[in-house]
Amino acid sequence: MTLDDLINSCGEWLAVGGQFSDVVISSRIRLARNLKKYPFLSKASTKQQTEIEHKLFDAITSCNFGKNAFYVDINKSDSLDRQLLVERHLISKQHAEGQGSRGVMISGNETLALMINEEDHLRIQVLRRGMNLDDAWSEINQVDTILESAVDFAYHKQFGYLTACPTNVGTGLRVSVMLHLPALRFTNEIEKVFRAAKDMKLAVRGLYGEGTDAIGDFFQVSNQTTLGQTEEEILSSFKAVVIPSIVKYEQEARQVLIKEKPAAVDDKVWRALGMLENARAISSEEVLFLLSHLRMGVVLERVKHIDLSVINELFIATQSAHLQKRYGKKLDGEERSIARADYIRDRLGRAKPSDN
Amino acid sequence: MRCQNCKKQTATVHLTDLLKGEKHERHLCEECAVKEKITAKTHPPSINDVLNSFLMSQSVVKELGKLKCPDCGMSFVEFRSQGLLGCPNDYDVFDQALSSVIERAQDGETQHIGKSPGESADIDPIQRERLKLQRELREAVKAENYELAAELRDRLEEMHSE
Ligand SMILES: [Zn+2]
Ligand SMILES: [Zn+2]
Repeated sequence: MTLDDLINSCGEWLAVGGQFSDVVISSRIRLARNLKKYPFLSKASTKQQTEIEHKLFDAITSCNFGKNAFYVDINKSDSLDRQLLVERHLISKQHAEGQGSRGVMISGNETLALMINEEDHLRIQVLRRGMNLDDAWSEINQVDTILESAVDFAYHKQFGYLTACPTNVGTGLRVSVMLHLPALRFTNEIEKVFRAAKDMKLAVRGLYGEGTDAIGDFFQVSNQTTLGQTEEEILSSFKAVVIPSIVKYEQEARQVLIKEKPAAVDDKVWRALGMLENARAISSEEVLFLLSHLRMGVVLERVKHIDLSVINELFIATQSAHLQKRYGKKLDGEERSIARADYIRDRLGRAKPSDN
Repeated sequence: MRCQNCKKQTATVHLTDLLKGEKHERHLCEECAVKEKITAKTHPPSINDVLNSFLMSQSVVKELGKLKCPDCGMSFVEFRSQGLLGCPNDYDVFDQALSSVIERAQDGETQHIGKSPGESADIDPIQRERLKLQRELREAVKAENYELAAELRDRLEEMHSE
């Protein structure tokens, strides 16, 4: 398995399914860990940073996280490869843009990624499709425990696992659930989401500006504190309370919309499909925006001939690095827009019901 | 990258708007993003907020200025300006001053009660084997290698019944 194989697959976590998959795109858990005997990266020398990478690489390799796992040396990768990994959520932007010895071990199905020398020496990440925090936690906890038999992590009686930034200290646990909330945005009820999260110390982030047409309607709910609660307690605030209520609000809003404004819903959905099927040059932002509407139409069965998996695939495949990998060369902004539109037309064309 | 709004703090919120079909990129710090209602005010403040407000509420800046870790050379002043610590030992060296930073960043909490490395002592080798098989099974299914998948599934079932 290599990096170039990635563009032809979709990543198991982006496949369709999982609990609440009409609303929840994916669940992610991340653990921050640092080696006991080394300084954090802000004070590590070039030599120490390389040692850290080797030490963790050896430990991870010895733990045997699957036959198809592969390692990417980020320091030696070109910017296109790094961008590709960011687009697939396998490394962070910070990791891509960092400096010195660093890399990532990725499991064959892309559900597990171990980032070496990001902000901390080690960031373990597990991804799942839909709402599936139990499964994600069980895997990441095992990986962490097994690694602990191979290396010593910095740990403090009072503060727990020590991290470069004190906002991650304690459990080092960050949970993020990605939600698609078009109906709550459409009906201007997104405040409900913020309220549901607030009491549980969870933060909601949307990638949009107030008063503008947003890209997407995608929101991420994540925990803000990492200390003073057990891992199970942090997880249960998502599982038992916040996510189920947000999902319920969104589902209700969708039903109200369908009942009261079916034409407005259909207009958005079919316009989006029309644009995607006919555009000859299109930006990635516009694609996100249109795919969000189309996704709502598919989930609500207003559009029946397109499968949700096609939409999920398009989210990833239409991003810049993916397009350039597919075409096998650097493309400038305009060329990318054209390539993107071509790819979408082709993909949606194949999804069309045949005439006979 | 600095915040485009206040030009002081580090931009942590990156967003792309689509205005009348035109793309606008914006990079803001947490605080400015909250002001513009792009992100909700989070319950506990960000590390930058904590460190900034902490500075203002301290009349003992000079005392803190002397704090320096002998292991890595990180001073409290340097930590305050960049928000990142230098080594595990800093947590002890900066003791009280850091405790109040942590308390504010962690919504009043100061004691870890979750998992600890001691738990790794009793890692069950059978458990480890099971995890490995489960992962191989998932990958075999993905690769459509059903023969191997069936074999792995049998072995997992055997382990369950043991
Ligand atoms: Zn600002
Ligand atoms: Zn230090």
